[in-house]
Amino acid sequence: MSSSELSDERTGRPDDIEAVPVRHPGRWIAAILVVLIAASLVRSIVVDPNFQWSVVGHYLFDPRVLRGVRVTIVLTVVSMVVGVVLGVVLAIMRRSPNPIVSGASWLYIYVFRGTPLLVQIIFWYSIGSLYKTIDLGIPFGPSFVHINSNSLITAFGASVLALGLNEGAYMSEVVRAGFLSVDDGQGEAASSLGMSRMQVLRLIVLPQAMRVIIPPTGNETISMLKNTSLVSVIAYTELLYSVQQIYSVSFQTIPLLIVASLWYLVMTSVLYVGQFFIERRYGRGFSRAERATMRARWLGTRGNRGVT
Amino acid sequence: MVKAEGVHKRFGRLEVLKGINLEVARGDVMCLLGPSGSGKSTFLRCINHLEKINSGRLSVDGELVGYRESDGKLHELHERDVARKRAEIGMVFQSFNLFPHMTALENVTLAPTRVAGVSRAAARERAAGLLTRVGLADKLSTYPVALSGGQQQRVAIARALAMQPKLMLFDEPTSALDPELVGDVLDAMRQLARDGMTMIVVTHEIGFAREVADTVVFMDAGVVVESGPPADVLGNPQHERTRAFLANVR
Repeated sequence: MSSSELSDERTGRPDDIEAVPVRHPGRWIAAILVVLIAASLVRSIVVDPNFQWSVVGHYLFDPRVLRGVRVTIVLTVVSMVVGVVLGVVLAIMRRSPNPIVSGASWLYIYVFRGTPLLVQIIFWYSIGSLYKTIDLGIPFGPSFVHINSNSLITAFGASVLALGLNEGAYMSEVVRAGFLSVDDGQGEAASSLGMSRMQVLRLIVLPQAMRVIIPPTGNETISMLKNTSLVSVIAYTELLYSVQQIYSVSFQTIPLLIVASLWYLVMTSVLYVGQFFIERRYGRGFSRAERATMRARWLGTRGNRGVT
Repeated sequence: MVKAEGVHKRFGRLEVLKGINLEVARGDVMCLLGPSGSGKSTFLRCINHLEKINSGRLSVDGELVGYRESDGKLHELHERDVARKRAEIGMVFQSFNLFPHMTALENVTLAPTRVAGVSRAAARERAAGLLTRVGLADKLSTYPVALSGGQQQRVAIARALAMQPKLMLFDEPTSALDPELVGDVLDAMRQLARDGMTMIVVTHEIGFAREVADTVVFMDAGVVVESGPPADVLGNPQHERTRAFLANVR
């Protein structure tokens, strides 16, 4: 840089090198192939009557589809809230000095991460065949509340149970990573001031862990939005099942799947934008250069945090 | 104030403290010197029960640390009793450990309001006073990241003092500081000693120990090699190990 600045017009710049460039015929062939394939795809999408774009347009704002979109949003939000609350509780349990409590958390995560979500959805929907009634009371003692399973486990109830409980297992790992990102010295300093374990967690560890917890939670929300489509198997009328109901009568499968896909894309796009702003907010003051000095100041000489 | 009798501490099979006997009187300043790995920081952490001792007796103000004695038996203290006792002992760490998501003032008011139940207004007033005393009157609403190491450590001292402790523990408070920032922190500690605070200081600052300490203790490999007034231990060490260490540090 500095040497080329020295040799500009005033000091008499030497001629630029004019060499014959290396030819890359392979690159040209690859580019032409990709363009050809893409063009033929676009052509078929636009021209092929089987896509039935007029049908897509017809159903895009159909009230049944819009209702499905609304249900999908509600299901995503409610399940995510259940998942986040459960995830925090499980992550705290995992830190417990009581081996039964931390073991229970471990077992929960093991089971819910180790079995397919689809299986869990069908399981919760069929829980009525396992337990006819659900009693709330003292274990092995008297019960106070007596509920018929079938009235509790509606399609919505089963969906929220399945999606929320499954999400809890994943969120607990996200929260745990956040906890691990906070230096042990923080906890020691807080407890040396006489704070209890829960106070340390609530006032010191959790607020600092948020910076690590928030971005992956955005990813989890986007996954959740798409996973809600799985509850179509128990005939809950979210977006996918709404369009399925339409095309099962009209047999216009592809155009209605396009309708659903367009709505999913719109919703995930909104979440992507939201995530961008949230990450920027929580990443403030944490650009790479700053982070090095902040880490040195806060964490002494600690190296990588082992958190992605 | 602090009394240790035959204190042993093991980490797995590694014996870090091999029978420590020490006594610190109220209002005294004790400086612990020694090479790294000699167990001086571990001993300090045992005093407020951040580490559990394996055998021996350790008491603060006549009460055992971490245990209660009745009918000749030791009973482990409940977590909240341990916390209550820790609140009476201030601790300052080598790596400051300020809470990065809080301003200097919030760092200092947190424990008084949340643990001691002091009103917000009273805590703020006292915290502002303490921060002024350590020369940070203009940094009340500054976050730790914007403070120098020396300033952070002085906030940490104010944070510990806010709980009105009867004993202050300093774990190498100046070791992580640039040499030019050490003076301000030592000044704050010197002031504290003059005010009559009981202090145990793990340090490598021989000059500070000579000037401020009532007792200097030299530790090596988990035992107390030598202890006494600074003039004796630093001026006329009796043990070869102490002489070798002092020759290297000076």
